[in-house]
Amino acid sequence: MFPKGTKRKFSDSGEEAVSSGDQGPAASSAAARTLSSSYSLQRQSLLDMSLIKLQLCHMLVEPNLCRSVLIANTVRQIQEEMTQDGTWQIMTQALAAAQCPTDRLVATEVLCRQTDAAAQAGQSPKPYSVVGVEEGYHSEEVVMEGDVEADVTMSTLSPVSPQLSSASYLAGPFGMGPCWEEEEEDGECEEEEEEDSEECVSEGEEGDGDHLSADSRTGEQVFGTFEIKHPAPPPDPALEELFSDVDPSYYDLDTVLTGMQSTPKMGPYDLLDSLSSHGPTALSSSSSCRSDLNELDHIMEIIVGS
Amino acid sequence: VRFIKSQIRLQSTDIISTVEFNYSGELLATGDKGGRVVIFQHEQESKNRPHLRGEYNVYSTFQSHEPEFDYLKSLEIEEKINKIRWLPQQNAAHFLLSTNDKTIKLWKISERDKRAEGYNLKDEDGRLRDPFRITSLRVPVLMPMDLMVEASPRRIFANAHTYHINSISVNSDHETYLSADDLRINLWHLEITDRSFNIVDIKPANMEELTEVITAAECHPHQCNVFVYSSSKGTIRLCDMRAAALCDRHSKFFEEPEDPSSRSFFSEIISSISDVKFSHSGRYMMTRDYLSVKVWDLNMENRPVETYQVHEYLRSKLCSLYENDCIFDKFECCWNGSDSAIMTGSYNNFFRMFDRNTRRDITLEASRESSKPRATLKPRKVSTGGKRKKDEISVDSLDFNKKILHTAWHPKDNVIAVAATNNLYIFQDKIN
Repeated sequence: MFPKGTKRKFSDSGEEAVSSGDQGPAASSAAARTLSSSYSLQRQSLLDMSLIKLQLCHMLVEPNLCRSVLIANTVRQIQEEMTQDGTWQIMTQALAAAQCPTDRLVATEVLCRQTDAAAQAGQSPKPYSVVGVEEGYHSEEVVMEGDVEADVTMSTLSPVSPQLSSASYLAGPFGMGPCWEEEEEDGECEEEEEEDSEECVSEGEEGDGDHLSADSRTGEQVFGTFEIKHPAPPPDPALEELFSDVDPSYYDLDTVLTGMQSTPKMGPYDLLDSLSSHGPTALSSSSSCRSDLNELDHIMEIIVGS
Repeated sequence: VRFIKSQIRLQSTDIISTVEFNYSGELLATGDKGGRVVIFQHEQESKNRPHLRGEYNVYSTFQSHEPEFDYLKSLEIEEKINKIRWLPQQNAAHFLLSTNDKTIKLWKISERDKRAEGYNLKDEDGRLRDPFRITSLRVPVLMPMDLMVEASPRRIFANAHTYHINSISVNSDHETYLSADDLRINLWHLEITDRSFNIVDIKPANMEELTEVITAAECHPHQCNVFVYSSSKGTIRLCDMRAAALCDRHSKFFEEPEDPSSRSFFSEIISSISDVKFSHSGRYMMTRDYLSVKVWDLNMENRPVETYQVHEYLRSKLCSLYENDCIFDKFECCWNGSDSAIMTGSYNNFFRMFDRNTRRDITLEASRESSKPRATLKPRKVSTGGKRKKDEISVDSLDFNKKILHTAWHPKDNVIAVAATNNLYIFQDKIN
């Protein structure tokens, strides 16, 4: 059934446990779920698998948007359920307390460290919002709104490495972590909050200077866990120059840019695009775009060496 | 259900990514991962073998798309042909649209079987004749030559799609066509390449809110103002272009309510629609999701009128199929000419046909081992229970790398084309 070498997953035989756990009234099944360890294991493994898939898909030539959206929706579903169970908090706290082995599923670890930093900052852990992943969606945007003829507009960073994906999980487009809003402990509001968190990117700049530095530190720590595959190359002076006049609130770009050179065919993260889409100037000033573009073209040539 | 007998296998060097008969069924086009289009032509029945329909032979081969490099994003644009759609034939030449992820091209395929000889100003080998030596005028004569089939690109429709194009569909007015990517649908005029109208846009203002994408779109076969598009959440929207310039609001919304007893974390993924096709009559449409094919009456939005299970035995294997990504495979489906039967592919080189009238179904295999040329195809069965009967195949021994995603049915006859990786099989009904 499987391509050679793939391990048979425990999950197949336990699949019935997953579905059967959903039958019956919500209240009793919720209780049943927290009790059923095989179901939790199952669900956790599905979450881990999904997060890895999301990260890996940023390493492909160009991620299949449909697949990414479906996986992201699955992650969200699991997360919602785990949040309702109360399992989410338990898991994140347990992992934060324990020593995390570096080869443990990194995605979850990233998650935990982030949560840890937030907890230290005095905020309650936030359900993981698929912020970083969805950044991948930004990258696709090349054409200006309403301008089908334009070949080009904003955007473009040159290639981005897989580390960037984790940096994005951590850093978000504005250099903020997955958003920690001041939220209530009230469990009822959690679903709403989760939605807020996805939109909160623009609101996230709640002067968390401490928070930012915490993020960059954890960013480097996470880069460390990726060390076998992608060592972070030194920042490119040409690129730093390019971004030198970017709004300093986006300073986490440094972390981001260090990863940029490693692989040519990298998943799209057009930070400029995401920055501009949140800014007021994005679509209106096409003339300034063009001069920027010429500059970009020039720099691209240098980088690509063509 | 008809037993399809006799087969022809044609091997391509690349994975076949789309298969499409033209309106008369005389031509069969295939596109592959390498950007090539190969067109087969139906040969007339030979007098020597009256029991056999004519065979399909290669008619034309050309490179439709080349790989491109998007310098801004530092990404390669694949040359793989996602879809081919024929235009109705209006003169001696044939026209088709072929598309990769970003660019649609209109190709003209024309025959040349004569050439002119006896030019005044140049020799037979093309050299210019010395004008002083020309003493008399002659009229060039058309002489027969070996048939040459030429393909030339007549229009290139580019730069209108930010996301990957998944569908193209020619409108019944024969002047316009639509192209759909993950988030937008554009309407083109066949003569105009520098402009297209955006008729559907589901891109959210904030991309982080994206939870649904467009998976397929098609124009209604008779009503040139109507089209449908399907989504990754298992919904179909029917839109009327007369209602508004931007068809973000649908006229009809088709969705089957979810069965709560079978809900799992994979429910949404397996409900994602991979293909949508109108019936030839225009009264029905068919959708393919991961495990089933559904036929919808356009007048009934709340549930399909018919549901056919393609490979229900995979339901208990969804977690593994998610792990190896097979759950994201996009299977297509097709109607036969009279809309009485439908066909779709599965794994292990199996494909399934359903007779809508008798409600019978059959599983067949497209492989060279399974039958000799011109032999009747044997029905296959996958054993689901514990006991496996002889000749049955157990679910665990299915080869998930052998998937049949693309199939096509001749618009009039019982001839089908099945693409199995890089092999094209053509099956025909035996004339008896």
